[in-house]
Amino acid sequence: MSIRRRTIIAAAAGLSATAAMSGPAAAQQRFPSMFVFVPAGPGGGWDGLGRAIEQASRAAGLVGSFQFENVGGAGGTVGLPRFVSQRRGRGDAIMIGGAVMVGAVITNRTPVGLKDVTPIARMTTEPGVIVVPANSDFRTLADFTNALRANPGAVAIGGGSAGGIDHITLGLMLKLLGRNAREGSYVAFAGGGPAQAAILGAQVRAGISGVSEFAEQIRAGRMRALATTGETRSLDGVPTLRESGMDIVIGNWRGVFGAPGISAAQRQALTDWMTTLHATPQWREIVQRQGWDDAFLTGAAFEQFLARDQADTEQVLRDIGLAS
Amino acid sequence: METLSGLAMGFGNALTLANLGWALLGCFLGTAIGVLPGLGPALTIALLLPITFSVSATGAFILFCGIFYGAMYGGSTTSILLNTPGESGSIITALEGARMAKNGRAGPALVTAAIGSFVAGTVGTLGIAFLGPVVVELALQLGPAEYFSLMVLCFVTVSAVLGGSALRGLTSLFFGLLLGLVGIDLQTGQPRLTFGIPELLDGVNVVLVAVALFAVGETLHLAWRHAEGKAEVRPVGRIWMSRGDWRRSFWPWMRGAGLGFPFGVMPAGGSEMPTMLSYYAERKLATPEAQKEFGTTGAIEGVAGPEAANNAAAAGVLVPMLTLGLPTSATAAIMLSAFQSYGIQPGPLLFTTQAELVWTLIASLFVANVMLVVLNLPLVGLWASILKIPQPQLYAGILVFATIGTYGISNSVVDLILLYGIGIVAMFMRRFDFPVAPVIIGMILGPMAEQAMRQALTISQGDWTTFVTRPVSLAILVVALLALLGPRLYGAWLRRVAA
Repeated sequence: MSIRRRTIIAAAAGLSATAAMSGPAAAQQRFPSMFVFVPAGPGGGWDGLGRAIEQASRAAGLVGSFQFENVGGAGGTVGLPRFVSQRRGRGDAIMIGGAVMVGAVITNRTPVGLKDVTPIARMTTEPGVIVVPANSDFRTLADFTNALRANPGAVAIGGGSAGGIDHITLGLMLKLLGRNAREGSYVAFAGGGPAQAAILGAQVRAGISGVSEFAEQIRAGRMRALATTGETRSLDGVPTLRESGMDIVIGNWRGVFGAPGISAAQRQALTDWMTTLHATPQWREIVQRQGWDDAFLTGAAFEQFLARDQADTEQVLRDIGLAS
Repeated sequence: METLSGLAMGFGNALTLANLGWALLGCFLGTAIGVLPGLGPALTIALLLPITFSVSATGAFILFCGIFYGAMYGGSTTSILLNTPGESGSIITALEGARMAKNGRAGPALVTAAIGSFVAGTVGTLGIAFLGPVVVELALQLGPAEYFSLMVLCFVTVSAVLGGSALRGLTSLFFGLLLGLVGIDLQTGQPRLTFGIPELLDGVNVVLVAVALFAVGETLHLAWRHAEGKAEVRPVGRIWMSRGDWRRSFWPWMRGAGLGFPFGVMPAGGSEMPTMLSYYAERKLATPEAQKEFGTTGAIEGVAGPEAANNAAAAGVLVPMLTLGLPTSATAAIMLSAFQSYGIQPGPLLFTTQAELVWTLIASLFVANVMLVVLNLPLVGLWASILKIPQPQLYAGILVFATIGTYGISNSVVDLILLYGIGIVAMFMRRFDFPVAPVIIGMILGPMAEQAMRQALTISQGDWTTFVTRPVSLAILVVALLALLGPRLYGAWLRRVAA
């Protein structure tokens, strides 16, 4: 079923791509120059998405030249106000952002938020995975959730910084189990390396992070994956949370935003650029090579998703005690 | 035997003209960026990531490793000559190195740093080749409780840099702890001491504080003194190390390398703790005459040991990256993403699936090490002659250099205000004889110790005995207790015997 659906989507994408390639519209340059604002340091996920957009747009001749600015810090909330104040009304500027920023705006209580920029498109997502050390007693997700339900404090779980997506995933799970999100014994580590080390060394009983962080350790049999958090399966033979009876879908999505105060026509031009870009073979090739999941969404659908994501995130963060 | 044949194959690949070229370019770039405070190897490699689209995997990684090793060399040069550490691993080097430079011994300080780096880099690279997989399995057994105990040990050894007045030294230490608290708390996500300034949410950069305390503070203090009419010309002195310098450097190199490598391998080790421990050890182990030079005219042991520890730790960081796919430093994390853009998944299977690449990489680390020492030794005379620049111009230059480097960390004006704010504090600290080194140490160790302690307590559900019931943690705490009480008890015993 899912294979068939994927083939159809791929075929449709292929068709539109060929149509776009052969038509005169695609060869046309849409923007002579584009300013890309990355509210994170070079080398991370947001930077990667920005550079991928540059690479595919250049290859398809959609944009003449690119200019990048990286202003990192505090989940993007250091860079966000700078983009909002410096690029207001500019139709030739985009900012990269995503799920991390939604949480950071809430926990850091910054006055400038995603409400101050113009949503253009969600491009990719990365589901999370719940893992245990290879020699753990937890064989299935049910073993793990039973232990959590019985005594959440006794199950130390490692992941990224407090209030991040990993922590929110745990909070949602505890809530479904009839527990308070605050009861969880969540150990925050600075970055994927130290968290992985703590799980491999069985310092914590389980870990939550993005699939790509743990994929190689799972493949090598040093960690066991219990469930992934996406709509569909991300790892062979590992069920999703929803399949395991927990109605949670969460992922580290990344997308593109326009400057505040741009006109409807400017917004449409940016949306059209992303739609064309998304259909190019170059883009699909990059998405596949980077191991990203395609999560393309524009217009009203993206805005609805964003509103729901913000509401859900705020609710969980309030349960954990990180939002007032 | 497998290791040896692997190495032979690696050298075969690394010693081609193209790969030697990449190594040379990497070493050169690395030395240059190591010199600039703020521009670290992580950022440089991140900016060079796009070349992975057009260069072979082997070439790119040889380049990256050259940058990584080179940055460690470059960092020590400015620490010694300008009292401006380029990266956090060479902060301790500045303590004795800059004093030696002031007293006409810049040449020997630079030479012992370069040769010490070479020795430790070679020891570390041998460690990667022969011990890597074993050491990393042991290191994984260390959890937050053990890391907290290690930091307790470091805090105990800090007394060595507190200086003559305990009150002044502790005041400096607490100022450092205060600076370390700024930013979002990792365990709860709450901002602390940020005063609503978003730039402070990620905390204060430790290299910025080191530059402010050492370089800006000293420059301002000097300008103040200069206005009072005192000026001095610095002697350059002899360039090469004397026979005595060699004798005094050899064991510190070895001990530093031995300390640094295991810390580098530990997932939460880093280069700061081993450099501090090495400094403490050398200060305690030095001969009575040499001990007098510590903190006054500058002791060569205090440069040789920490420099070796720093470079061995840098080599150690590559072990968990290559054997487990674990990035334990920012640079390693970016190198991992470079692996991924070649479709190579670094992880436990890397040594078997990509044997050729891994061994070529290890071989090119040896090559880079030799290249760096060859590049750097002839330049020592040139570097040292920087000190011939008249002081007003030299210090003006340092100030410009420090400002540009700091702005480069995050393109933020807030950072510049911090640089000069802390610099002014440091100027007064110098004026009133407060030691500045404990500030840095408090700032590095404080947050690390706090996080490790709270992680350990979360895991143990608030049970404090976790620090003494885990055998390794207990052993480290006992060593810390011995380091604290041992010298005093020994002294008391000596007095009793004498009486």
